[in-house]
Amino acid sequence: MDELIIGGTSLKSRLLIGTGKYASNKMMPKVIESCGTQVVTMAVRRVDLEGKEENILEYIPKDIILLPNTSGARNADEAIRIARLARAMGCGNWIKIEVISDNKYLLPDNFETIKATEVLAKEGFIVLPYMNPDLMAAKAMEAAGAAAVMPLGAPIGTNRGLRTKEMVQILIDEIKVPIIVDAGIGKPSQAVEAMEMGAAAVLVNTAIASSDNPIDMAKAFGLAVEAGRLAYLSKVGPERKLANASSPLTGFLSGVGE
Amino acid sequence: MGFYNELLTFKEIDYEGFFKKIEEKDILRILQQNKLSPLDYLALLSPKASSYLEEMAQRAHQLSVQHFGKSILLYTPMYLSNHCVNRCAYCSFNVDHDIKREKLSLAEIEEEAKAIAATGLKHILILTGESRKETPVSYILEATKVLTKYFDSISIEIYPLETEEYKALMEAGVDGLTIYQEVYDEEVYKKVHLAGPKKNYHFRLDAPERACEAKMRSVNIGALLGLNSWREEAFMTGLHVSYLQNKFMDVEVSVSLPRMRPHIGVFKDLDFVDDRSLVQVMLALRIFLPYVGITISTRERQSYRDHLIPLGVTKMSAGVTTAVGGHSGKDEGINQFEIGDTRSVEEIKEAILAKGYQPIFKNWMQI
Repeated sequence: MDELIIGGTSLKSRLLIGTGKYASNKMMPKVIESCGTQVVTMAVRRVDLEGKEENILEYIPKDIILLPNTSGARNADEAIRIARLARAMGCGNWIKIEVISDNKYLLPDNFETIKATEVLAKEGFIVLPYMNPDLMAAKAMEAAGAAAVMPLGAPIGTNRGLRTKEMVQILIDEIKVPIIVDAGIGKPSQAVEAMEMGAAAVLVNTAIASSDNPIDMAKAFGLAVEAGRLAYLSKVGPERKLANASSPLTGFLSGVGE
Repeated sequence: MGFYNELLTFKEIDYEGFFKKIEEKDILRILQQNKLSPLDYLALLSPKASSYLEEMAQRAHQLSVQHFGKSILLYTPMYLSNHCVNRCAYCSFNVDHDIKREKLSLAEIEEEAKAIAATGLKHILILTGESRKETPVSYILEATKVLTKYFDSISIEIYPLETEEYKALMEAGVDGLTIYQEVYDEEVYKKVHLAGPKKNYHFRLDAPERACEAKMRSVNIGALLGLNSWREEAFMTGLHVSYLQNKFMDVEVSVSLPRMRPHIGVFKDLDFVDDRSLVQVMLALRIFLPYVGITISTRERQSYRDHLIPLGVTKMSAGVTTAVGGHSGKDEGINQFEIGDTRSVEEIKEAILAKGYQPIFKNWMQI
């Protein structure tokens, strides 16, 4: 399969996963292995460097790219400060910007996210902003130096799938940096759908973490993402309303039915 | 300010009459809805709904896992002082009680902090009685500065403050406020708050809103269930949470469900909430407000607390003492209330893991 390039790094796996909502951190290494992901996101506010069993970083293999996120930030300024802390904590220079000023639906604030993207990209971060799929906002993020843009498929944690499909398709068609569908993907079939549309990758957390068997579910998502990408590259045939064999109106042109 | 006006709109509600009309089909319909109205919530608090606790629990569990995953945040309270000028009929720190009054020095606060930090806890809640003379805001501010060296999140549970005072404490490192109205019914409020500044119902009622205006990160409220009809108090608590969350979308609003425990004092006129009823309140709240945190303290006994975990709890205290200086163990001081779960942090951590949940020690930091 073709490689995905983000901020100059090429990745074989097009599945990114989260670390929240698991019943135990101990499950993480197996989940990571079973789905083959190379990028794992974690909330900086939860990283507990002093805790041993509690420190999520202890459970992520060293060859995995850490994608710390600014969960908990309510505005650009807080996101910027959290990003700098993440770098100081040794989490590398990738950052997923998450600015949420709405505790009810947890919808991202595009306006503040653009501001944070601009500042952090200038500081040399590989910035992946989580956003509400809006073309103008995505363009502004791209212009501000985002390495990829991460639109939501549905409100986070809902497992409702690609509810924002039309808008995400526009981003895929118009934005040059990779589009990674983040949030809302609840089942492997929905991941396939996103990949077939041309999404560069998907990020999945709740659907894996809250399933009865996260290790198998992670594997299922890994396979789904691969299947979807291969289908996209092979150019899915066009949909037709009528069965292909019949040409009731033009069949006479080839002598059929004379 | 605002919430009182909202309370007034429900003041004339005929609870008895409303509850009588609730039928099985109402409960089952509400459990299938995406969004509940305040009266739907009240229906889930009805005597009729108490026959559907399992159905409610299934729904509450599903919503909890969706919104919070399988994790429980741990914290512990640190009592800085038991000096108090109020005369509250239900509290051991009541000014009339002849107990040893104590207040920690900054050096003692540091000792307590070290003892707590050694258990791995990163979130702390500091408490005082109400005495602007013994524990002024300047004292809380100094205490906060000491504590920021040891903890990632500092919440306060002290007397109600003005907006500017909340801002000053936040500047020093406070990010959370806990304040209980104790009882929303104004008549009962007057009856149990016999003397002291706490008699001012409105100043207390508006405190959470002032903190939200000050941009406090998290605000936790509650009623001391048992002082008045618990169904009514749970209803008003839910309305208050909902009001705050709607008005201040960026604040993490959460709720505690403290119920009366035995204590020094003579207050007898109570509507005790039994175990089933407390579960009903918790489930109804979770279904009404799926995105709101729910805190369960060590007032509850250990086995009961463990069973509550999958029903919607997001935050639990651990390794608790309610005595001033209790963590560093220098003094066997007077407790504000009796503790039902005396397990250590390590033991509670194990119990949470055994339930298939992840104990979280850190969910914020000084940024």
